[in-house]
Amino acid sequence: MAQVSMTVNGKAASGDVEGRTLLSSFLRDSLDLTGTHVGCDTSQCGACVVHVNGEAVKACTMLAVEAQGAEVATIEGMANPDGSLNVIQQAFQDHHGLQCGFCTPGMVMSAAALLKENPKPTEAEVREYLEGNICRCTGYHNIVKAIMAASGQDVSSIAAE
Amino acid sequence: MYNFDVEMPTSIADAVAALGKEDAQALGGGQTLIPTLKQRLASPSVLVSLSGISEMQGVCKGDDGKLCVGGATTHATVARDAASSFPGLAGLASHIGDPAVRNRGTIGGSLANNDPSACYPAAALGAGATIVTNDREIAADDFFQGMFTTDLEEGEIITEVRFPIPDASNYQKFLQPASRFALVGVFVAKFSDGVRVAVTGASNDGVFRWSEAEAALSANFSANALDGLTVSGDDMINDLHGTGEYRAHLVGVMTKRAVAAAG
Repeated sequence: MAQVSMTVNGKAASGDVEGRTLLSSFLRDSLDLTGTHVGCDTSQCGACVVHVNGEAVKACTMLAVEAQGAEVATIEGMANPDGSLNVIQQAFQDHHGLQCGFCTPGMVMSAAALLKENPKPTEAEVREYLEGNICRCTGYHNIVKAIMAASGQDVSSIAAE
Repeated sequence: MYNFDVEMPTSIADAVAALGKEDAQALGGGQTLIPTLKQRLASPSVLVSLSGISEMQGVCKGDDGKLCVGGATTHATVARDAASSFPGLAGLASHIGDPAVRNRGTIGGSLANNDPSACYPAAALGAGATIVTNDREIAADDFFQGMFTTDLEEGEIITEVRFPIPDASNYQKFLQPASRFALVGVFVAKFSDGVRVAVTGASNDGVFRWSEAEAALSANFSANALDGLTVSGDDMINDLHGTGEYRAHLVGVMTKRAVAAAG
């Protein structure tokens, strides 16, 4: 076992992990931050996307020890300080960007990473950026619409199906 | 996963020393190796992470005009930092996997693994790059030795990749719709002394150069120059995603698209 320390959603976090402990396991099992979902465990579905030092990564495909000293952000840290939904989360609610909700934490974290590097993406750019986030319910239309809306763009002409 | 110890060296020398341990294995970005470990297809006793070695990070222009990419540089960094100097390489890097994978996966990891459907081997072979290790320099023409096989010795680390910068270049791939890996990918690079064409995804022997296309394009760098040229599908990968014959056809199509896009 090794001791690992990192900052998660602005708070210091540490624990004992094995070499093989995944970042997703550490977040969920050691820190009880179960908002980070593990959908496929083969790094394809993106439900486990978190930010490590500001960059979107798949927490199921990174070892916890590799996050030693890192700043980690998860879905639990996305709400506004007063507890209300942030602009991306609110847009997902307003535009019905989820059905079962399983993929939503990863979708929101990927959307946040996209909007940080590209504040006004085109619809095509949003769809391309979500290549590594799989949703089996919505058909993506309303997820794309929500992200476009969260970027402050007019979404009235985007098809809703 | 079977359990293992993880070492996090901060210098190449320390990494090489750690890789001398029994059953030690280098860990780049882990985007292939970690899924492989989950499947219990590998069981190293020690993983030596290369992600904390600052001397293996980043993109720069060498005195000889070549683009030097540190072995532990992520695809996202290459996509961003090579965009102005070598757009063909940056374009390739910007379409590997997905954004989260590109933030972890590294050029050294991709080349050392030499997956027959990976994108980077096509760029390294197509541009005639030099693979620099902790021990020596290897020409790309000698580095790739068949599917998942390279000239690397046990414990040898790719510390840097040096790319001659072509006058024009482009990479085009036809995605395998499920895995999003390249069913066929072609990198075309035009230099003052000739054209190189490297094909990934297609052959049972991994990445290869298409010499007939190189000769035709060296004489006339236009998609039309490839009219009538075909490659044989006999030694191509034949699986449920496409026959060898289909892949051979795609080689021609992707090469034409890459030439047209390179301009």
